[in-house]
Amino acid sequence: MDQGKPRHWLAVALQLGATGGLAALLICLVGMVEEFSKRYIIVDLLEMGQAMLLLILIATGYMTARRLADRPPREQLLASAVSGLVPAVMLFALVLLIEPLNMRSVFLNASPGLVDILTFGQTGGAALVLMAAAGTIQALAGGVVPHLSPRTRAPLVQAIAWVGLTGLLADILRVTFTNIPGAIFVLGWMFGRGSGKGLSIPGVVVVFGLVAYATYRRQKRPAGAPGLRSRLDGRKARLVNIGLWAAAAVILYLLPKLLGPYLSEVTNSVGLFVLMGLGLNIVVGFAGLLDLGYVAFYAIGAYVVAVLTSTAVGSEAGQIVWGPGMSFWLALIIAVLISVLAGIILGVPVLNMRGDYLAIVTLGFGEIIRILAGSDFLKPYIGGSQGIVQVGVGRIGGLVTFDKPQTVFYVVVAACAAAGFISWRLRDSRMGRTWKALREDEDVAQAMGIHLVSTKLLAFATGAAFAGLSGALFASKIGSVYPHSFKLLVSINVLSLIIVGGMGSLPGVFIGALALVGLPELLREFSEYRLLMYGALLIVMMLTRPEGLRPEATRRRELHESTGPEAEAPPAGMAAPGEASAGD
Amino acid sequence: MTTSVLSARKVTKRFGGLVAVDQLDLEIADNAIHAVIGPNGSGKTTLFNCITGFYRPEGGEILFRGHHLERFASDRITRLGIARTYQNIRLFSNLTALENILIGEHSHLKAGMFSAVFRLPATVKEEELALVEARRLLGYVGLSGKGDLLAKNLAYGDMRRLEIGRALASRPAMLLLDEPTAGMNPQETREMTAFIRRLRDDLGITILLIEHQMRVVMGISEKVTVLDYGQKIAEGTPSEIQNNPMVIEAYLGKGSASAVLREAAASAR
Repeated sequence: MDQGKPRHWLAVALQLGATGGLAALLICLVGMVEEFSKRYIIVDLLEMGQAMLLLILIATGYMTARRLADRPPREQLLASAVSGLVPAVMLFALVLLIEPLNMRSVFLNASPGLVDILTFGQTGGAALVLMAAAGTIQALAGGVVPHLSPRTRAPLVQAIAWVGLTGLLADILRVTFTNIPGAIFVLGWMFGRGSGKGLSIPGVVVVFGLVAYATYRRQKRPAGAPGLRSRLDGRKARLVNIGLWAAAAVILYLLPKLLGPYLSEVTNSVGLFVLMGLGLNIVVGFAGLLDLGYVAFYAIGAYVVAVLTSTAVGSEAGQIVWGPGMSFWLALIIAVLISVLAGIILGVPVLNMRGDYLAIVTLGFGEIIRILAGSDFLKPYIGGSQGIVQVGVGRIGGLVTFDKPQTVFYVVVAACAAAGFISWRLRDSRMGRTWKALREDEDVAQAMGIHLVSTKLLAFATGAAFAGLSGALFASKIGSVYPHSFKLLVSINVLSLIIVGGMGSLPGVFIGALALVGLPELLREFSEYRLLMYGALLIVMMLTRPEGLRPEATRRRELHESTGPEAEAPPAGMAAPGEASAGD
Repeated sequence: MTTSVLSARKVTKRFGGLVAVDQLDLEIADNAIHAVIGPNGSGKTTLFNCITGFYRPEGGEILFRGHHLERFASDRITRLGIARTYQNIRLFSNLTALENILIGEHSHLKAGMFSAVFRLPATVKEEELALVEARRLLGYVGLSGKGDLLAKNLAYGDMRRLEIGRALASRPAMLLLDEPTAGMNPQETREMTAFIRRLRDDLGITILLIEHQMRVVMGISEKVTVLDYGQKIAEGTPSEIQNNPMVIEAYLGKGSASAVLREAAASAR
């Protein structure tokens, strides 16, 4: 409450506790807790389902303590404890009521398995005591966090987060490193045996210790102190740079060999979304043009490559209608060019639209393309709902054929690198500034001499080029295209990933794609709850970190400014305004 | 006789039934400081918007060095050498002060997509020079060391100055200032007045300004145009204007208000 009498701590604790309790009830009843209980984060100790409940309780305790930040610490901790007790009691009530109310007839997931997880395998009073104790302790742990000194807080939180992440991804890490000789020994020691087993206790200790130490060391360095690289002189720094690039190249070369087919496939999917994210980031993040039909360009890129390279377009009852069977690389270039053209064609009618109107029109454009792709009208040419099969793959002479996930990986990485490079160079250029000005205030941007039409069309065209490239690689990667691959959901995914990563931020695109495309692919349990998690994640992000996980940093250029007497001199080109602005 | 750099003839702008600017004639002498005053809603800002291409007038013509401004969009007009500031400050608020000025330089820079991606030598050189000029302009408007701040985090007076800096970055021959001293205290107002005079004296920029503070108008302008209901009701030197009974009536209402006006003018000296 902002005004009037401050609320009693108990009222705050009960309210937030009830909120946390509702969240816990929800994830229990939609089946997440039980579904996720098959995967361990720490072997035989912590399952993912439990971890989710744990996270909710810790968050509840933390929020309660934060809400009461101006009260004495004793009151805060007491409130945290109470806020953990409330969800525990609510969950206990759920356990008690499942049977008498015959809840399973409505909530399929209110199963004995769930009850078992919630009650720690106990019944009656013992269960209540255990649950209450667990809830209180967990929330209390959350409530303590704001009281820790930043010195301890950051290493602790980082270390716990990393333990959780490594535990979640234990299977992938194990698979990745088994191919390295000698790694088996370390892996067996750090991870549980068998799949879905998570980290072993020594593994937890190692990860926790390393991350905590690294974070602590980084913190100890005073702000603004030079890092290792800037302490080196020019020549050495260059050598270090070359070394880093070489190392990156070697790692990228070896990665698909280590990852194996499945994980390479996941990486490729992430890469395709990174490409689209980079493109949409230019349109929405830089230029502020909200495009909800972005999938259209992805579809166009995919279909162009499919039509041009397939030898069996529009096959009907075994009859091949036509199939030019063009070289993949040529088709790739044509696909990108046609996407650019499509970007411009879409751009022209929406030049005068802003914000919501633009969003709706582009949304429609995306749907039109999808429906056209599936229509009977175009069926002879692009296959209708049966799509196009036998899409060509890239070849370099007789040397490499990019037909397996492990080889497609290199093409995807090259495309992402190129798109990332172009985005980066454009962001820091006159063009990038122009787009940002457009985003901030279109009228004033125009009054600064910016030509709106060309600026907007360039943004649409660049964004479309990246998406078209992504679509082209997608078609070749899976070897076929179908209209149902190009649903609105793809546009929403791409938009979500740049929001989560941070609008306008390039590293944010990579992080957003990893979080929103990579994680759900890796944790198959997630797939059923993907949209639920998206929604929850977006809401939490908007409330707590609207700038995104990795927001664009304001660049520091002015610090190197020489504040000499020249500051008072008239600006260059001002002395003779008559000539300087002689007009067109 | 001085030549006029901008001349408007019978400019008319309507919004539905409302005639915001009505058959207005205006001559701005080269290298002048010319003020436009008038009560609220008298069409001053509408006139600015017509000159800078934000609005397209329904009738009349605006000539700037032989170019018909009424036919051009605002980006073209800026390239011809007219820059402006806004009554309610309109900076690119989520960009830094330096970036704001760099965007102001837009029309003098040439780098396109291709040269930006490959960082051609000419582009690198151009960007370096643009940065040097932007820093110098920051210093010129008194914002040295504040270039990395986001525009929205600047103090109010600094925002006004940054807006002028951004306008100067387009190297204008004529600068339109829409209430440059609005919301400023007397000290800041005096500084701004001196600064505007310097813009003209040092850089030779013709100044057209809308101003409500009589102290400023009478202090710096050589010529004053008074608007009321979109029409010009008087024009002349500050002393002619402040003795014009029609102006006093329109501006301050009937009665003894003229005394206030004279007092204000006297205190400005």
